[in-house]
Amino acid sequence: MSAEIELRAVTHAYRTETGPLPVLRHLDVKMPPGSFTAFVGPSGCGKSTLTKLIAGLMRPDEGQVWLGGQMVRAPRATVGMAFQNPVLLEWRSILSNVLLPLEIVPNTLSRAARLDRARELLALVGLSEFEEKRPSELSGGMRQRASLCRALVHRPEVLILDEPFGALDAFTREDLWQTMARLRAEERFTAVLITHDLRESVFLADEIVVMSARPATIQYRMASRLPAARDLDILYTPEAVEMLATLRRQIQIAQGRDAA
Amino acid sequence: MTLLRKIAVPLGAILVFLLLWEWLVWAKGWPDYKMASPSDLWPAFWKYRWLFLENGWQTLWRTVAGLLLAVVAGTGIGMVMGFSRLAREALYPLLVGFNAIPKATVVPIMALIFVGRHDFNTIMIAFMISFFPIAVSVSIGLSTLEPEYRDILRALGASQLTVFRKIALPKTLPEFFGALKVSVTLAFIGTNLMEIVSPHGRGLGALFDSGKISADYPLMFAVLIALAFLGIVLYYIVVALEKVFAGWAERAPG
Repeated sequence: MSAEIELRAVTHAYRTETGPLPVLRHLDVKMPPGSFTAFVGPSGCGKSTLTKLIAGLMRPDEGQVWLGGQMVRAPRATVGMAFQNPVLLEWRSILSNVLLPLEIVPNTLSRAARLDRARELLALVGLSEFEEKRPSELSGGMRQRASLCRALVHRPEVLILDEPFGALDAFTREDLWQTMARLRAEERFTAVLITHDLRESVFLADEIVVMSARPATIQYRMASRLPAARDLDILYTPEAVEMLATLRRQIQIAQGRDAA
Repeated sequence: MTLLRKIAVPLGAILVFLLLWEWLVWAKGWPDYKMASPSDLWPAFWKYRWLFLENGWQTLWRTVAGLLLAVVAGTGIGMVMGFSRLAREALYPLLVGFNAIPKATVVPIMALIFVGRHDFNTIMIAFMISFFPIAVSVSIGLSTLEPEYRDILRALGASQLTVFRKIALPKTLPEFFGALKVSVTLAFIGTNLMEIVSPHGRGLGALFDSGKISADYPLMFAVLIALAFLGIVLYYIVVALEKVFAGWAERAPG
């Protein structure tokens, strides 16, 4: 199952000591079920706020967030999240870390069914041999793979990725992009990706949204012109190069407005 | 590191220490009413062996009782301060002030208020002197929990209690055990303060006091060694518990 995500006129500000700090301004986006949308934009433009609003961890000052035809008022079990920091629990094995959401989310799965589900995901990301290891025994890329498994183990309708590959080296990052593409082919979810990496957004997303500087609005939207099945070479095709050039120009415009 | 080495190295260090001590007393020619030497200790232990057993037990159980109270109260206060910024701002100055008061000055007050209730007084002093590190470490452990850890569970609809049980509590355990190691030694100080000062006291502190009255220096030193021994035993019990409950925090050797 995957759900439609809809932001309706979302406006949000943080209350700070020097008065309210507006971060999002009148945001309207619709992401169809099963789609993969990347949000790119200047640092500090409120992209992470967006993930918290979609996850129901915060409520917008104005406007509404809708998931699968229901208005979001509180966190819901149909969401999975992964952050830049993999936040694995050091005292648990990798397998047990992946099982964590199933201990929280109401479900009727038997112990064996839960284990099967977790192992299925770990196999998909190539971590089968490491399920009994502690997080501290794994590399950064492997930890992030495990974190993705944890985000997906309860079959969420919505997957929220807040710069999950941001702290990894370039080669590992490209590996993880391919892992993500594989997960997307096997699992059903609507994905929201926050990233600073334009190549990442082009490789993974169906639609790329460029946000302006704070308070962020939607500055530019681009539907991917790439075929659904992609490998890394696709980043060097004329279509991809053109997309990247356009996106880079849009980011420069967004940053320029910030400096003015 | 092999088990043999683990035991042999600290035992060797203790032996060297005792030899140096013995040599110092011998070289200076101190009589045993000035400074007892290790060779005086064993006769003292043997002579008073039943007193040592009885009083050692008294000191040990009171210290452990005070420590358990400190764990319960310290964890409770630490949790309140860790989760509520208001409670943290309100309680910190109070706690620091309370901790700054020398407990030796509290001993006569306690002894006067709860006159005759020696066990209770002793346990309370052991508790008062040892809960502070636990409260501080638990509160810091909880208040510095990265928000992502909380978000991972809260995004699934988990309650505060679930977040505490699944993440905050286990994540704080290494800090908790670090503080408990400090508290163990502090608790012994508390117990003995009361046992020494309080008239008609019991326990090793009282035995020390009676040694002092009869100017029995070997006995006094033997008590100090017995206290050190109990301290080491309790400390390593905490280390063993730490290995069981927070062993994951230990880095692999090398």
